Amino acid sequence: MATPSYGEITRNGLWGNNPALVQLLGLCPLLAVTGTVVNAIGLGLATIAVLTCSNLAVSLVRHQMPDTVRLPASVMIIATFVTCTELLMKAFTYELYLVLGIFIPLIVTNCAILGRADAFASKNPVLPSLVDGFTMGLGFTAVLITIGAVREILGQGTLFADMDLLLGPMAADWGINVLGADYPGFLVAVLPPGAFLVTGMLIAAKNAIDASIERRRSQQVKVVAGAKRVRTTGKIT
Amino acid sequence: MSSPHARAGDRTARVMLQVALAAIPGVLALVVYFGIGVLINIALCTVTALLCEAGVMKLRGRPVAFYLKDYSAFITALLLGIALPPYCAWWLPVVGSAAAIILSKQLYGGIGYNPFNPAMVGYVVLLISFPVEMTRWVGPGELIMGSPSISEAFALVFGNYSIDGFTRATPLEIVRLNQSVLLSQLYETEPMLARGNLAGFGWEAVNAGFLLGGLYLLYRGIITWHAPVGMLATILLLSLMFYDSGSSLSEGSPILHLFSGATMLGAFFIITDPVSGATSNRGRLIFGIGVGLITYVIRAWGSYPDAVAFAVLLMNFAAPTIDNYTLPRTYGHKAPRKATDVEEQ
Repeated sequence: MATPSYGEITRNGLWGNNPALVQLLGLCPLLAVTGTVVNAIGLGLATIAVLTCSNLAVSLVRHQMPDTVRLPASVMIIATFVTCTELLMKAFTYELYLVLGIFIPLIVTNCAILGRADAFASKNPVLPSLVDGFTMGLGFTAVLITIGAVREILGQGTLFADMDLLLGPMAADWGINVLGADYPGFLVAVLPPGAFLVTGMLIAAKNAIDASIERRRSQQVKVVAGAKRVRTTGKIT
Repeated sequence: MSSPHARAGDRTARVMLQVALAAIPGVLALVVYFGIGVLINIALCTVTALLCEAGVMKLRGRPVAFYLKDYSAFITALLLGIALPPYCAWWLPVVGSAAAIILSKQLYGGIGYNPFNPAMVGYVVLLISFPVEMTRWVGPGELIMGSPSISEAFALVFGNYSIDGFTRATPLEIVRLNQSVLLSQLYETEPMLARGNLAGFGWEAVNAGFLLGGLYLLYRGIITWHAPVGMLATILLLSLMFYDSGSSLSEGSPILHLFSGATMLGAFFIITDPVSGATSNRGRLIFGIGVGLITYVIRAWGSYPDAVAFAVLLMNFAAPTIDNYTLPRTYGHKAPRKATDVEEQ
């Protein structure tokens, strides 16, 4: 398999093959911790770190790894980086670590990470793997933050509440009451059904955008009515 | 009218209008005992539901007028408006009917494709999102110095007039919350139960109204007896078993369970939905029994005073499985065990 160009890798990670919207991988953390923006950013950053490092490491040892133990070895590498991330979060963002709880260690089982390690890093050189891990993580995080923002606004009427959990005291008053102080709170957006609904809507929106781009592209080559008859065998470009 | 001579193109609309007609006695009882709140709810739900239906149809490029004329969105709005607590804030019916039409009906493909009962999805979305607002029922007018007047009603719905002075516990809540008192004592001390005949003042009349409407639907052949009988018989049986002659731990008499809460509305108007329920007659019977069972179990031992909406949604999940195992025998063929078995040629 030829290594794709960096531009293609980036496009795939952020949009075309987005882990959350197209591959639908890593849905467990995606659905569980996107109640607020701060949780989404926290888990997103942790995922980017693990994904980038694990892709790098797996790519480095890809020639030494026997095919038979490929998956266990990848999982061991991923688990190592998750443990590092967990300890770092415990040290620097302890409150956020308490909020995210079990979902930090569970990054080990995030299929998006194992999927990239196996589908890309184990077959490609180091630098493309690194870029792939980073852009895939970025794409995943962007979706996490979007879902987090929608659910936070609908569920609590706020945006960027409790950002000090992640960024320290300077972010303590970043919270905005988008929908006013006496917004009753649409609880279903905070509960698991809300996560499924918002994710589904985002997937639908992405497909709609793709379809409209495709439609615009196909309209450009449309034959003008009244044009002369032409030979239509062979490929029209 | 069946296949060779089918020519009634507007059959859906006719059925829906019959259902609306049959709901009149129950709605009338709600107005008499609880005031005009239910009418405001129905109006708000109808406007929102029709707007949502028309909007989605426009987005999907379908003929708007054709789909509005089948009245199915109106029936959904009507049932949701009846189920919501009267005089609730205006945004409850609006959010509820938007969820019912958009989420539960149109996202699944529109009329005939929804696996869940739209009105009940709207109700449950509201119930789990706004539990406080959704469990404040006004008392019957005679127990609270008169139902809210028309101006008070609009202040309650659109202003920020507090409903607290008008609310009373429903009969099912009273029985649930007083687990240390004999039932007979409750029937003497609680005005709601003392003024009523057996199942709570006002509530029994509302349920009788919906029973009457249901019998009309049966008489007109709009619904079959299987689902309602299954549900009501199961509730009757279970409440008889756990009545224990009215001790302090009793879960309430059979009459209370049959004629209070949403029992009759559910039995005749909700679980008889031809789309989200089971298809065959045997399936409908099982569907009704399941709804009755879950309703009673949640009422008696769950954390909600009434549970028809949850029971209906849970059984909607089960309806395809029920259908699979209750395939009717085709004339001239052996009885199939289940629909997914391939018949040997």
